[in-house]
Amino acid sequence: MGFLDILYFMVPVSIAYAAPLIFTALGGVFSERSGVVNIALEGLMVMGAFIGILFNLFFFDTFGAWTPWIALLAAMIVSGVFAILHAVASISFRADQVVSGVAINMLGLAIALFLTKMIFDKGQTDFIKKAIPNFDVPLLSDIPVIGPLLFKGIYGSSILAIVAAIITWYVIYKTPFGLRLRAVGEHPMAADTMGVNVNKIRYIAVIISGALAGIGGAIYSQTMTRDFGHATINGQGFMALAAMIFGKWHPIGAMGAAIFFGFAQALAVVGPSIPLIKEIPTGYLHALPYVVTILALAGFIGKATGPKANGKPYIKGSR
Amino acid sequence: MSNRMINLLVPAIAVFLGLLVGAIVMLASGYDPVAGYIALWQGIFGDTYAIGETIRQITPYILAGLAVAFAFRTGLFNIGVEGQLIVGWFASVYVGAAFDLPKVIHLPLAILAGAAAGALWAFLPGLLKAKMKIHEVIVTIMMNYIALHVVNALIKTWSGGGDKTDRILESASLRSEFLSSLTDYSRLHYGILVALLMVVVMWFILEKTTTGFELKAVGFNENASEYAGMKIGKNIILSMVISGAFAGLAGAMEGLGTFGNMYTRGGFTGIGFDGIAVALLGANTPLGVIFGAVLFGSLKYGALNMPNAAQIPEEVVQIVIALVIFFVACGYAIRLFLTKISKKKEAK
Repeated sequence: MGFLDILYFMVPVSIAYAAPLIFTALGGVFSERSGVVNIALEGLMVMGAFIGILFNLFFFDTFGAWTPWIALLAAMIVSGVFAILHAVASISFRADQVVSGVAINMLGLAIALFLTKMIFDKGQTDFIKKAIPNFDVPLLSDIPVIGPLLFKGIYGSSILAIVAAIITWYVIYKTPFGLRLRAVGEHPMAADTMGVNVNKIRYIAVIISGALAGIGGAIYSQTMTRDFGHATINGQGFMALAAMIFGKWHPIGAMGAAIFFGFAQALAVVGPSIPLIKEIPTGYLHALPYVVTILALAGFIGKATGPKANGKPYIKGSR
Repeated sequence: MSNRMINLLVPAIAVFLGLLVGAIVMLASGYDPVAGYIALWQGIFGDTYAIGETIRQITPYILAGLAVAFAFRTGLFNIGVEGQLIVGWFASVYVGAAFDLPKVIHLPLAILAGAAAGALWAFLPGLLKAKMKIHEVIVTIMMNYIALHVVNALIKTWSGGGDKTDRILESASLRSEFLSSLTDYSRLHYGILVALLMVVVMWFILEKTTTGFELKAVGFNENASEYAGMKIGKNIILSMVISGAFAGLAGAMEGLGTFGNMYTRGGFTGIGFDGIAVALLGANTPLGVIFGAVLFGSLKYGALNMPNAAQIPEEVVQIVIALVIFFVACGYAIRLFLTKISKKKEAK
């Protein structure tokens, strides 16, 4: 297999794996830019993945071909609501945000598995009938080299993810809301003095992050696994969190990092059919994306500093 | 109400709220919460066998709780207990099966191998935190997944493509005829003594040694400690290593005591994550960890009885555990509520 063939093989898979990470990492950007550490992304993604599959299974007869897309909406709403728990704990109740996040992660998985057992009477759901489809973009896919690389067999959800990253960039850097969001995350007291409702902005940001992570989870379950079980998400949320840090809390940076992590995951999946890499036992290949994540973080010595007020609850009147 | 009283009441209320919401979840899903909790109770204390198994389950929970608590006390959040436990489990089983030595040497050696593997697995996140200021939470989480996949691969290589390791030799086993026969032939083993010993060790390190004082000081205030001449990086690494050693021991208890071998896993054991709950509920003190471990270990084992006795999925208990962590994290709100009540009483 030539180098170009490997690329034709790898790049579409990478982009497919990147889409859920992009959405979830964007969620992380919203939350952490407002000053709320969101390690709960994993649990929110689990919830989204579960709801996506559940909705798809139950409403396929009603919505037909549109089911996976409406399932994304359902996952978005449920995960957004679920994120309110994290918001209440870390904004109003001044909880340690990492601990609250861990609780949400455990809770999300536990609720999803409890419901799976209750509804399906087994450890995982049935397989969905209609996954998110992939297609060749007309005209563009006929361009030599770039066509087969970027526009053949692409998932609609991947295009959606890139659009979402651009919209997020616009919202955070070009709108009044985005300015307030960043102000609240950097210096909440200054923002408060200027009449910005710190807690309200933070609540909105955390709910948005839940909604985006929900979409991410539902994309993952409806493109990759096509059912839901205990190992469906398996650290995707944490990887999205790492992508956000690697992308320095910037939407476009997070997207780039997510594509990079998508590539690492694709390597683990298609590795066994690529020369040289196939010599490595598959077990170790599965560990590769996580190793790459640590290496990526370690490569950014001292450069990755988050929003200044990240992780600190805002208490009126305190200095 | 005294501060001490409130400190004790907050976790108690958190547990109560957790169980209450758990009951509501059961009720809302069409199950009978009373039958559910009776089945849970029976699963924990129903007969001597159940009690023996419950104590066995508590053993790794104590050690995992100590691991999280120790790191917490020194200002670090070790979410990597799960991975450290897995490598500790594997290392102890490897030493237990690959060498043939007299029991006096073999058993301690196998236990130490588990601790050493856990410590090594925690060393890297400590190093990255100390030298490059990379947050330990992300690195330890990634190390969990690496541990899971690497150990699975190692088991496959060792067994020539199979899914479980060889059994450990009798000379490395923690099994106890005596404890087992006492509890109607449950899998209760001597590990509980190791766990309790480690509770004392943690207390001793933190409260009675200069090292422990330094570790705590760095956790309280890095800048002040550095100004006082303490080496921040060294203390961060040391703290992670000790924490990892506790976690590795938890794995060794599973390997040398409960199972006697190791098999490939599709997912995590969950003990490491529940260790966070144990530590938080126990306010990160050695004694508190025992209470936390008794509670969560019992819940976890008793839950296995729920599908049979009450047709309720055992996952409901995991929901309860997650809720307890959530409510402990929201301690500020509970405190506020308690102070308000006590002020009202005083006013009267």
